[in-house]
Amino acid sequence: MTTFSLSLLAALLVISVLAYLYRRNSMFVPSAVILAITAIVTLYSGESGAIVVARLIGIVIGSSVAAYFFRALLIVLLRGEAKKALQTAPLTAAFGMLVILLYSIAALFAPQIAPYGESEIVGSSYALADDKMILGGDQLGRDMFSRLIYGARNTVGLSIATTCLAFLMGTSLGLFAAIRGGWVDQLLGRMVDTVMAIPSLIFALLLLSIFGTSTLSLILVIAFIYTPLIFRLTRSVAGNIVVMDYIEAARLRGESTWYLMRKEILPNALAPLIAEFGLRFCFVFLLVAGLSFLGLGIQPPTADWGSMVRENATLISYGEYIPLIPAAAIALLTVSVNFVVDWMLYRSSGLKV
Amino acid sequence: MNDLVAIVVKRLGFGLVTLLAVSIIIFGAVELLPGDLAQAVLGQGATEETVRELRAQLGLDRSPPERYLAWLGGVFQGDFGQSLASKKDVASLIGPRFSNTLFLALYAAAIAVPLAMFLGIAAALYRNSWFDRATNVGTLTAISSPEFFVGYILILFLAIKNPWFPALSNVTPDMAFTERLNRLFLPAMTMVLVVTAHMMRMTRAAIINLLASPYIEMARLKGVPQYKVIVKHALPNAWAPIINVVALNLAYLITGVVLVEVVFVYPGIGQLLVDSVTKRDFPVVQACCLIFAATYILLNLAADVGAIVSNPRLRHRK
Repeated sequence: MTTFSLSLLAALLVISVLAYLYRRNSMFVPSAVILAITAIVTLYSGESGAIVVARLIGIVIGSSVAAYFFRALLIVLLRGEAKKALQTAPLTAAFGMLVILLYSIAALFAPQIAPYGESEIVGSSYALADDKMILGGDQLGRDMFSRLIYGARNTVGLSIATTCLAFLMGTSLGLFAAIRGGWVDQLLGRMVDTVMAIPSLIFALLLLSIFGTSTLSLILVIAFIYTPLIFRLTRSVAGNIVVMDYIEAARLRGESTWYLMRKEILPNALAPLIAEFGLRFCFVFLLVAGLSFLGLGIQPPTADWGSMVRENATLISYGEYIPLIPAAAIALLTVSVNFVVDWMLYRSSGLKV
Repeated sequence: MNDLVAIVVKRLGFGLVTLLAVSIIIFGAVELLPGDLAQAVLGQGATEETVRELRAQLGLDRSPPERYLAWLGGVFQGDFGQSLASKKDVASLIGPRFSNTLFLALYAAAIAVPLAMFLGIAAALYRNSWFDRATNVGTLTAISSPEFFVGYILILFLAIKNPWFPALSNVTPDMAFTERLNRLFLPAMTMVLVVTAHMMRMTRAAIINLLASPYIEMARLKGVPQYKVIVKHALPNAWAPIINVVALNLAYLITGVVLVEVVFVYPGIGQLLVDSVTKRDFPVVQACCLIFAATYILLNLAADVGAIVSNPRLRHRK
């Protein structure tokens, strides 16, 4: 037992006791649980365990504080409806927005932020972290940090492009089927059911084995696989709108199908579609990362988070954290998008579940 | 009762049609190859003669529908054709690997299903408490993490930093059952973490949906004790959503297995599929895809049939 682990345990104990005395149940239970975990970890692996726990607590507190200030800043900057919405936003949603903003900055200004080029060889392979390369080198001696920054551009950019394409196809087909009805609707529905009966990763592997693993075929294949899901949602949302009187009125005016889709139905179906966009982006992003991890997605030397994990996986057997950073970057973005979408869904549903 | 049987039979028939349609997609996708299979295998440099020879050997001189029927007939007899890369029988490649994958999936399911049910029901009963919020953030994080991230974290902490479990899951057919469980602990835990998160969230949503219905409120208002509300009033109607949740997540497990097998170098069917995609060994890819898709469809079918059969309104129809 060192002073560090003892003082950590003492601090936790004080917080728990204070929470108990002041009957703050929402504070007491988590702090007691953390105290118990810390005690077990410290007893088992000594000071190193205590440091890990302290770091984790620090990360959670730090991100909560960052999210709090970010929300306060947004409330000051914004006006009107957005301001009102943010005042009731949970910290998780603010944290999600902050992370998304940081990723966008990294992606947009990658060449300015990254100290080295995307595939520039800087040091020896698997070079240790030093002043020159703050996260060390990868298997070819390229700077890990620079590649992480460029990865934001490549992996996220590709996923957004794919999701947009899938939405373009899915919503237009869905709206078309809802307006036309009849056999067009039936036929599209049956086709979509069949495609959805194949698990997406398996279907992606099958199609990529046929069309090869270029970036273009990757985008087209994944967009094709996700189109049916978006079609389904659009079709069901639009199905409720098509029976409205104002659609009937527009039809009697003699408006074209294209006009009905774009001007009458789409604006009223937008809210659920935007939330769906966030969720689908997460799935597409995870699928792209998974395929890249399998060596079938974005191809080297393009920097990409999925393949970075695979290329440097050998380092894990030496107890290094570095290869996990790109994987953590993937997880962090997906969590953040989910946080924001959760909040949006909660707001739009108005349900207090 | 007859209504119920009719609905189930109709659903089964629909599942069979879907299965056939999917087999057509899987077979037909390879027909989309630029050129044809023989050309794709041999590459641009091949002479006209060797291409023609391979074409005859693969039976490409017949028309696509004819070949599809022959392929489907073979599949029904357990004959998936011959691997292009190793010239071995595809069925003999898949056989042992399929049982390995099944073992891993069942191992994970045996832990994940009870755990998720328990946590999901607890979160639904104590909703908006600290427990509910903590599990909400925890499960959201687990869902959002790619399977390989979870897998490598487990390897780093439970196999490298603390050498408690083996990092690689190499198994041999004559391995003892307990040894096998030990070797597979980390891959199974990876899938348990991801699947439990999904399953728990779905269970929670289903139970909350149920607890919000008027007849539950009625039962509460007439003074029925809490546990009796759950056991007598909620549970009979909760079976359908619960069965649905379990089957859907087992179907999800089937896809998740591909990445997990690659992380832990486990000789399963997912590993074989990825290797064959890289080698462009189409007969093996087709066979693996068909097996995965069939399992997925059957589990979804089981979910539907289970939901129909367990629905009290359909069972006791007046």
